[in-house]
Amino acid sequence: MSDPTPSPTPAPVPAPAVPAPAAHAPSDHPAMQLNRLSKRFGDKVAVDDLSLTVPVGSFYGMVGPNGAGKTTTLSMATGLLRPDAGQSLIHGVDLWAEPLKAKALIGNLSDGVKLFDRLTGEQLVTYNGLLFGLDRDEVAERVADLLKLLDLESAAGTLVVDYSAGMTKKIALACALVHAPRLLVLDEPFESVDPVSAANIRDILTGYVQNGGTVIVSSHVMDLVQRMCDHVAVVANGRVLVAGTVDEVRDGSTLEDRFVDLVGGRTHAEGPEWLRRS
Amino acid sequence: MVATLVRLRFLVLRNSLKRSTWQLVAVIIGALYGVGVLAAVVAALIGLGFAPVELASTALILGGSVLVLGWILVPLVAFGIEQTLEPARLVVFPLSMRQLLVGLTVTGILGVPGIVTSIAVLATFATWIREPLAAVAAVIGGAVGVLICVIGSRTVAALSTSLQSHRRFRELGGILIFIPLILLGPIITWVSQGVATSADALPQLARALSWSPLGAPWSVAADVAIGDWGPAAAKLGISLATVAVLVLIWRRSLAVALVTPPASSAKRVAKGKTGLFGILPATPAGAIAARCLTYWRRDPRYARQLIIVPLVPVFLAIYSGNMGSLVLLNLTGPLIAFVLALALYTDISYDGTAFATHLADGVRGIDDRLGRLWALSVIAVPVILLGTFIPVAITDSWANLPMLLGLAVAVYLTGLGVSAVSSSRIVIPVPQAGDNPFKSAPGAGFSTMLSGFATWGVTMALCLPAIVLAILSVVFDSVLYGWLTLAAGAVVGTIALVIGLRMGAAQLDRRGPDLLMRLKRMRSA
Repeated sequence: MSDPTPSPTPAPVPAPAVPAPAAHAPSDHPAMQLNRLSKRFGDKVAVDDLSLTVPVGSFYGMVGPNGAGKTTTLSMATGLLRPDAGQSLIHGVDLWAEPLKAKALIGNLSDGVKLFDRLTGEQLVTYNGLLFGLDRDEVAERVADLLKLLDLESAAGTLVVDYSAGMTKKIALACALVHAPRLLVLDEPFESVDPVSAANIRDILTGYVQNGGTVIVSSHVMDLVQRMCDHVAVVANGRVLVAGTVDEVRDGSTLEDRFVDLVGGRTHAEGPEWLRRS
Repeated sequence: MVATLVRLRFLVLRNSLKRSTWQLVAVIIGALYGVGVLAAVVAALIGLGFAPVELASTALILGGSVLVLGWILVPLVAFGIEQTLEPARLVVFPLSMRQLLVGLTVTGILGVPGIVTSIAVLATFATWIREPLAAVAAVIGGAVGVLICVIGSRTVAALSTSLQSHRRFRELGGILIFIPLILLGPIITWVSQGVATSADALPQLARALSWSPLGAPWSVAADVAIGDWGPAAAKLGISLATVAVLVLIWRRSLAVALVTPPASSAKRVAKGKTGLFGILPATPAGAIAARCLTYWRRDPRYARQLIIVPLVPVFLAIYSGNMGSLVLLNLTGPLIAFVLALALYTDISYDGTAFATHLADGVRGIDDRLGRLWALSVIAVPVILLGTFIPVAITDSWANLPMLLGLAVAVYLTGLGVSAVSSSRIVIPVPQAGDNPFKSAPGAGFSTMLSGFATWGVTMALCLPAIVLAILSVVFDSVLYGWLTLAAGAVVGTIALVIGLRMGAAQLDRRGPDLLMRLKRMRSA
């Protein structure tokens, strides 16, 4: 940051501009194309021959029960986990053949990994920006915008380890956005985020998609996916059960009902008797 | 309830070993090693039964004192404190403090070191078998001694945890406070060497130690054997009092630790202050260096690696003292270089799953290697230079300076090169960020040691040209060979470093995701 003076109180000014995805020549490649990805851990097949196409400019939701293989799939798609077989094409670039080129196109918020949380929020986002090769002034400007956008300005100088769970998600999102990726891959971005922040993040993502970016989110919250996304894939046991536009998938019903129909496993028990006595 | 805790401890151990074959192998080899040492010790203790009482008691008291010191100090310096049953995790259960203390003590005794110690202590029964009363006293005293060992090490663990709850101890200070404690060992040796300039004085030293908490439990039997009932009772009293005091301290610090979670450091800087990120070059490697340096300051696990630095000159001074000249002190610089070059080797393991950031951001392997190396060198190079120049100034042996510098350069650069390769292949179990920096994962001690020794061995082999020249310069008292050492060290070191960086970088580009997978698996092991 070059300007040490405190910023004026945020009057109801329009929110800072949503970071637009980097300009690019139009191409006919999908934003992300997964071809027959597979992964086993010992005896357990986590992802089973999974294929999925995420069109450019779509807001894609990936839903599935716990242990369905969502995180594994997204990790393989973004280069964090080596697939046993299959391909991940990011805007036509084969991620496992040209990892550096493909990763530069992706903004990644992954679930279940730590951040460098001994840095302050501002340092962490700066770190990610510099790792992507941005220059210092550019990074400082974007970091300031992102912190403002995500309402983290007051926590900019606090160590990330002292953040609440929701704030940690938000700073991770800022890290994913800082290099203006063309594709955002967000694993459970709304987990433990308060409703106001969630709505703000939703607006940011919607704006990002309107500017030509592509977003893929995994979530458990059907209602949210139904309202927010235009495409959705239902994943269970490492396979895509159904994929398409939200309207196609829910087929007149609600997404939640369709999900329960597809995945099954709904029980109507009231729990064991001893638990009802208290 | 205590039985449940003990079962839980073994269940956790078994399950965590199931997840990692490597750790299982390490534990098995560690156990075999323990059995070997134990057999030798038991044989020696039985043999001691045929020795004069005076000799037997001296040996037992000195050995026992070292044992107690070892239990308390070794976890701090070398292996970390085994905390499968971390008290903080047990806090949600309705356990009384008493149950907790008893449970933790019993699980401590039933660990591998505890079992080995207990068996060795039982073997002192055989040492005193000719004096049945003394044999019984040996077992009673020994049992108290084992308690001192186990509870002493737990107390230190709890102290280190409860110190962490104080904000100011969470960073560098939390480590520095342990340096005097660790120096206690060498200092005692030093002092006792002053007292005991020859082997004749060892019995005197033993007699003195037998009145201290370190030696008292082991000397009860000796006093019984010669019919000194009064001192025997007094020493048993000292031992029991030691246990009582330790329990008291342990109880208090545990009580504090349990209700005071590691304090948020509540450190805040003004917005716009990005610290080192604004100073070092705005490149990926520069950013990584800035991040690593920030961690050296904020994460006690890194600072812990510096504990060894002040120890090197102290040990060398002690050994030099034995030889009657301070020549050995001159090796401080090269030895520190040797040790610090290996700090790079644990770097990715310390990152833990946060390493995913580098992977997701498409960081080139070479940037990763260079950034980490840069950060380490900012700390290590001045320390090594000081460690080379100050002893030379003290011993006024400026003629040896080129040779010593050559050794330091060779060892440091080669060590960096070798650990740049090994750390891109191997992740080792380390305490996670925010854990007690002194904590260890089961099997970590051994596997860390093994791969560390391998790295050291390769480094030494590669440094051989410089080492040979250095020896020649000492043997022939030749300044020319000294300068040759410096030249050879610089050339060999640079070559090793460049090759090591290239290999490590290529390795990282290729195997980064596999490293992350192992880091994930290790996270909760």
